[in-house]
Amino acid sequence: MATLNVLILVCLGYVVLLFGVAFAADRLAAAGRGRWLRSPLIYTLSLSIYCTAWTFYGAVGNAARSGLEFVTIYIGPTLVMISWWWGLRKLVRVGRSQRVTSIADLVSSRYGKSNTLAICVTILAVLGGTPYIALQLQSITLSFSIFAEADPSGLYREGSSVFWVAAGLAVFAILFGTRNLDVNERHHGVVTAIAVESVVKLFALLAVGIFVVWGVAGGIGPIMDRIDASEIGQWQVDGGRWTAITFLSAAAFVCLPRMFQVMVVENDDEGHLRTAAWAFPLYLLLMSLFVIPIAVVGLDLLPAGSNPDLFVLTVPLSQGNDWLAMLSFIGGFSSATSMVIVTAMALSTMVSNHLVMPIWLSMQESKSSVSGDVRTIVLLARRISIAVIMCLGFFYYRLSGGGAALASIGLVAFAGISQILPALVGGLFWRGATRTGALAGLSVGFGLWIYTLLLPGMGGWVMPETVLQNGPFGIGWLRPQAMFGLEGIDPMTHTVLWSLALNTIAFCVTSLLSFPSPLERLQGAQFVNVFDHSVAPRGWSGSVAQSEDLMIMTQRILGAAPAQEFFQLEAEKQGGRGRLPEPTPGFLERLERELSGSVGAATAHAMIGQIVGGSSVSVEDLLAVADESAQLLEYSGQLEAKSAELSRTARQLRDANAKLTQISMQKDAFLGQVSHELRTPMTSIRAFSEIMRDTEELSPEEKTRYAAIIHDEALRLTRLLDDLLDLSVLESGQVSLNMGEATLHAVLDRASSTALAGAERPLKIKRTKVSERISLHTDLDRLGQVFINVISNAQKYCDAAEPVLTITAHDVGGQAVVDFVDNGSGIPPEAQSMVFEKFARVGIDKAGGAGLGLAICDEIMQRLGGEISYLPGQGGAAFRVSLPLAYRQAAQ
Amino acid sequence: MSRKVLLIEDEPNITEAIRFLLTREGWQVETHAEGTDAVQVILAAEPDLVILDVMLPGKSGMDVLRDLREHENMARLPVLMLTARGQSRDREMAENAGVSRFMTKPFSNSEVLTAVRDLHAQASQS
Amino acid sequence: MTTDPGDEPRPSVARQSLFLERQSYRRRRLADAARLLPFLGAALIALPLLWPDGSSDEAPVPLSSAIYYIFICWVGLILCSFLFGLAARRMSGREDTGPETEKWQR
Repeated sequence: MATLNVLILVCLGYVVLLFGVAFAADRLAAAGRGRWLRSPLIYTLSLSIYCTAWTFYGAVGNAARSGLEFVTIYIGPTLVMISWWWGLRKLVRVGRSQRVTSIADLVSSRYGKSNTLAICVTILAVLGGTPYIALQLQSITLSFSIFAEADPSGLYREGSSVFWVAAGLAVFAILFGTRNLDVNERHHGVVTAIAVESVVKLFALLAVGIFVVWGVAGGIGPIMDRIDASEIGQWQVDGGRWTAITFLSAAAFVCLPRMFQVMVVENDDEGHLRTAAWAFPLYLLLMSLFVIPIAVVGLDLLPAGSNPDLFVLTVPLSQGNDWLAMLSFIGGFSSATSMVIVTAMALSTMVSNHLVMPIWLSMQESKSSVSGDVRTIVLLARRISIAVIMCLGFFYYRLSGGGAALASIGLVAFAGISQILPALVGGLFWRGATRTGALAGLSVGFGLWIYTLLLPGMGGWVMPETVLQNGPFGIGWLRPQAMFGLEGIDPMTHTVLWSLALNTIAFCVTSLLSFPSPLERLQGAQFVNVFDHSVAPRGWSGSVAQSEDLMIMTQRILGAAPAQEFFQLEAEKQGGRGRLPEPTPGFLERLERELSGSVGAATAHAMIGQIVGGSSVSVEDLLAVADESAQLLEYSGQLEAKSAELSRTARQLRDANAKLTQISMQKDAFLGQVSHELRTPMTSIRAFSEIMRDTEELSPEEKTRYAAIIHDEALRLTRLLDDLLDLSVLESGQVSLNMGEATLHAVLDRASSTALAGAERPLKIKRTKVSERISLHTDLDRLGQVFINVISNAQKYCDAAEPVLTITAHDVGGQAVVDFVDNGSGIPPEAQSMVFEKFARVGIDKAGGAGLGLAICDEIMQRLGGEISYLPGQGGAAFRVSLPLAYRQAAQ
Repeated sequence: MSRKVLLIEDEPNITEAIRFLLTREGWQVETHAEGTDAVQVILAAEPDLVILDVMLPGKSGMDVLRDLREHENMARLPVLMLTARGQSRDREMAENAGVSRFMTKPFSNSEVLTAVRDLHAQASQS
Repeated sequence: MTTDPGDEPRPSVARQSLFLERQSYRRRRLADAARLLPFLGAALIALPLLWPDGSSDEAPVPLSSAIYYIFICWVGLILCSFLFGLAARRMSGREDTGPETEKWQR
């Protein structure tokens, strides 16, 4: 029989072994050789601190009481793990990109680095964690007592053993978790030790299970028969508890500070989740595989009334298998120690970062105040926190008397810590979640949890029986275990239902009604859209900030060597002059993150704020100031005006550019046209002159004909050149007008006779002489030129069988208006806008002109202070010429 | 064997000059003065060579050539293109459209004759 | 003679892009499946609540059958998660940390 002394020796030996492992792992990591320390396997195994002594011993106890219900504790985390793709992955990414140190830090960081929230979450976590630690103490003590019963020396006393266990665990946690202040808060040594412990506990439980199934029952078949024959041999679960505990364990798996520590803070590589997603559920499955067999065999073999929570130990002992019992004891001890270490580490981080440091900082007043070694203060704060937390656990154990079943204490803790879930999930997936909402939800859920579960569970001296029966002050619907008249359901289900439902509602409604601060909105966007941008705009402007001061502060927090290294690196990044970098916003932001890895986001923000101080403007300050005063409005008004002005200028520039481009294109087109008009007649001239030169056997008729062609084309060239010169003179405005007096009648007479001279086709012109008695003072030759052009156009292009041009004249308020309408088919609508353009030609007849006629008319009419336009819808082609009766200089 | 050339040109005097030159060389010359239906005319006439003006009424010579090359068996028909605009951009465009030879007006008669001979020789060789 | 760009053989390019699309389509559906997996798991775990227990007239389900059911479902979920993990690794190996991969992961 193993004596207590042997047992204590084994425990001490085991602890020493763990120290060795942790120490070796830290050494390896420091030497950069511990690649396997960051393997997915270690990560998965470290997650198994989820399986505490509660699950190691308590699962069997639970199974002996309620059959399969215990699996829900494992199914919840399984469901969370297999949804890593959209759940945990985001959490881990956020945690890494924001360098969070704990779940309180994450929640605080999400909601605008609010320290109030961080304090709330910390208190919640401490309150939820205390019963849990008590539970570990209880399980270790119980397992000791089992061996003590058999120990002949009888030296064992329960009270003192609990104390020594608590003290031992505290020392262990302090030594492990606070040996140094890691920049990124990762503890390779601890994580590796935990991985070892998880292997030990799995091995122990499997060993006991295999012993029970094959050693005692005699195989799988017999054990199944035995299970069905036992008192728990029928499927019988409370549906409410089944669902509630599954949900609760899933929620707790994410929210528990120790789970957050190993899952997010200690995570080295997001990709590890991929492995853990299947490996961790497998671990859980193996842990629960033999629970029912052990429970059933325990119920069979052991006398009625023996504690089922200890079957894992007592079954091997009753079979005389002391070494197996010892192994199983080590397994339970492993579960308890690993849980206590990590919980103490996580909680102490939260307490020191969110309770102690802010208080300490607020006691320091001026800028020079960041004096003394912050490192020592942080470490000291953590060590004291661990001790305090362990004390709390110890007192909780003493108060509750250690009577309640293990599993139920564990569930109480689960329900408490799960109150963080709405704020956490809402913060990750909903940008609209606000700090006020998170606070409201947390307080409501937390209050309900205390009132409906924690206090009633602590016994009659805290909450009198009358309150449970009749409600406080006799108010029936406030009865702690039948809120709002919901009676007859399991207290656990009752609490989960009310606290989480009202928590979520309070969170959502308050979020919807409140307005987030600018920093909250920034952080919210970064959390929710963490996959879009992993870099953060947080904005420190340190124009006057002293790099020297920052350096001193950083050295105190990170330690001299890492701080100098970091500053050196930053200085090199900035261009590498000197030892200290300029306090650029980017540098300050990185520094803040670096520091927040050690002291938490809110504290780091506050510390940098203290140094960069009044001269700094953070985004929050800037926006807050602007929010308060009308400055923002005014400023944005100015901005708007400026931007409108800018866009106006831009538009003008764009227009000018478009115009220039158009002009350039017009110039190109014009040159192309001129070239074409010149080269075409020249081609004919050259071709026929070469023919006449080179061909000897030409007949006289051919010679005459070709000479005529050359002559015609030469004339055409001359005309074109005349027109071009005319146009360029008109366009340049250098034309001198030759003023004269005449009636419109006379000008039209002369023009029509000139236009029709030598025409092959007859054109009949209809005029009303009376209306033409308008006397004009203008350049008569130029006006005549316009009329000639219009008339000869009609003569050339009117396609009627008997072409008729009707000319009508009016005197409209000092303007002479002359309309020329022919009876042809007119100009097609799409070409009407083009007729006054240079080289515009309607129809295919080329012999007439170069297409400059109407362009010249347009120019002339502008010179004369009038205009020429096309009149659509007159039947045939119709032009209107209008000009002032007396030419005025001003018209030019 | 008669060699057929299709001349698409809207300037009657130039048409007449080229017709005179090529007829003396033994070509059968057909003419057309419109851009719009030029492709159909070419397809119907099945000439050995096409002389194509760029500035045609209705549809530019560039477009005519581009459309022509889309047709089967027309990818290799020699096309001599004439332009009076004489801008370097035109030559580029014509080459992209798949022209065989590109000439700027005014040209000398011997240039035209050489070009026609070359193109015909190349086409009948391959 | 000049060649007509319209006759250039292009189907190979088209096929390639179609291939890529199919690839990313597969990945999206795979991610959908991964999202649905926990819900499937929850449904499977909730199913036993419908079984007759001692309270009703029907014969209650023996605990051994319940154990078989729960553990087989569990193993199934683990296998699915394992296979998805393999697929995710293969895909992330091909397109590492590209913005495209990040987009479809949400």
